[in-house]
Amino acid sequence: MKMDTYSVMDSIDARGRQGATLYTHIGDDGSAWLEGSRCAACGTVYTGARTSCGRCFARDGLESIRLGATGKLYNYTVVYRSYPHIKVPFVAAIVDLDEGGTIKGNLVGIDPDPARIPFGLPVRVIFRGAEEAIGEQGEGFVAHFFVPASEGEA
Amino acid sequence: MADNVYIVGTDMIRFGRFDDLGVPEIGAEAALLALDDCGLAISDMQALYCGNLGEGMTGQKILALIGQTGIPVVNCTNACATGATAFREGWAAIKAGIHDLVLCVGVEKMPRGMLVRRPAGFEPVPPEGLIGSGTMPAVFSHVGMEHMRQYGTTFEQFAKISVKNHHHSTLNPKAMYRKETPLEMVMEAEMIAYPNTKLMCSANVDGSAAAILVSERKARELGLMDRAVKVRASALTSDPYSERNLAMPDVNSATRLAARQAYDMAGLGPDDIDLIELHDCFATAELVHYENLGLCRDGEGGRLIDAGETALGGRIPVNVSGGLLSKGHPLGATGIANIYEVATHLRGEAGARQVAGARIGMTHVVGLGTACAIHILEKA
Repeated sequence: MKMDTYSVMDSIDARGRQGATLYTHIGDDGSAWLEGSRCAACGTVYTGARTSCGRCFARDGLESIRLGATGKLYNYTVVYRSYPHIKVPFVAAIVDLDEGGTIKGNLVGIDPDPARIPFGLPVRVIFRGAEEAIGEQGEGFVAHFFVPASEGEA
Repeated sequence: MADNVYIVGTDMIRFGRFDDLGVPEIGAEAALLALDDCGLAISDMQALYCGNLGEGMTGQKILALIGQTGIPVVNCTNACATGATAFREGWAAIKAGIHDLVLCVGVEKMPRGMLVRRPAGFEPVPPEGLIGSGTMPAVFSHVGMEHMRQYGTTFEQFAKISVKNHHHSTLNPKAMYRKETPLEMVMEAEMIAYPNTKLMCSANVDGSAAAILVSERKARELGLMDRAVKVRASALTSDPYSERNLAMPDVNSATRLAARQAYDMAGLGPDDIDLIELHDCFATAELVHYENLGLCRDGEGGRLIDAGETALGGRIPVNVSGGLLSKGHPLGATGIANIYEVATHLRGEAGARQVAGARIGMTHVVGLGTACAIHILEKA
């Protein structure tokens, strides 16, 4: 990745911001990551913190992990009608993370055209200001977005 | 289990907008229609099971309008499976021998505009439009897109579901809308969330429906077996664990589980069913449920709609009422309205939309979150 130019595909420095979800964490260095849990008994990965496993019913042994930052586009829809303050169209995506777990989020950096978004597209997880998607409601928050993995690596 | 359970009275109001009426008033109307359908009075009822999401203590408010008899009232909420859950609670009470004559009512006044799935926790920021989308059109577009991904199903095939159900509704005097919508009109309507256009989303309406359930012993005692409809199976499930549950609501697993239980209980298979009212909250949903309910093999849903097998006159007519897409979808009322529709066909009283010779029918609803309720009904 080119580091000398500021790309829209880079994560922002999240210092001074709050995570937009309960599983968004911000480090002292301004980097952000998503928290997950992994069941020690069956290996299932969940988004966010959990105390028991919905799959194998284990009641302890769920360890807190950092969710991975790369994945594949499992599913999406292009949303054309939403609430008045939300910019449309946007791509509501479901991503299978390479290191386990499935998360939802907006896919950006791609033409929101169903004919041009392939299933299985490799993506990266980046962190940007929430206001980029939802305007002033998102000010002061940082959220995760997906970008095509090929973007920003030229 | 004990006695068989029969529906002896059932009816619904014509779905529409009732700005001058409250939820209890609308619910009371359906309750009285169902009582009149079998010639019983509110004083004959031993319990009321009421399905409604928007109000509170709805069942008691209905009794305040039609008769405060002091009977037990159970108010149920279970998302879009609310009405069917109330019906099932009534069925269960008779099966258990607690009551032998109960009233079940489903009623809803719908807010205008788009429904958003309530997030599970206390999110710092409203997630809509930021962390993907939780609007119902988006959720059910994901359902359709997953089917496209797996089987190559097309936008046009999903759109044909809407054409079919809108056509069916032209034959149903109780449907909110009764207009033909040709394929081009459906496909060219405003795209809400790909591949669901506005005409592929359920009609947002107010409505109510009711059913009176009795034990076989009581039905015979009252001389009500002539038009009685037997409840051959009742199944209610929540979503079993599935891989992407947290990111993507799963309407398939809960439906498959409920279908298996219902077929087992009835001792029947999909080939024995003559008509189905299933949860077409969006056009994409109906197609996946063809497979979930076993009407065809996995991946063949598109072929089923192309071949017209689920249209009135086809091999297994689906949503001949017009479905949620055109008859309308008042959440708490929908489950019982489906039961009214199927019972009406089994009684041979469905007029222009009658499924010829219908003896056994199925109703299916899915409430996101997730709850699935399936009933199999048979003419006594």
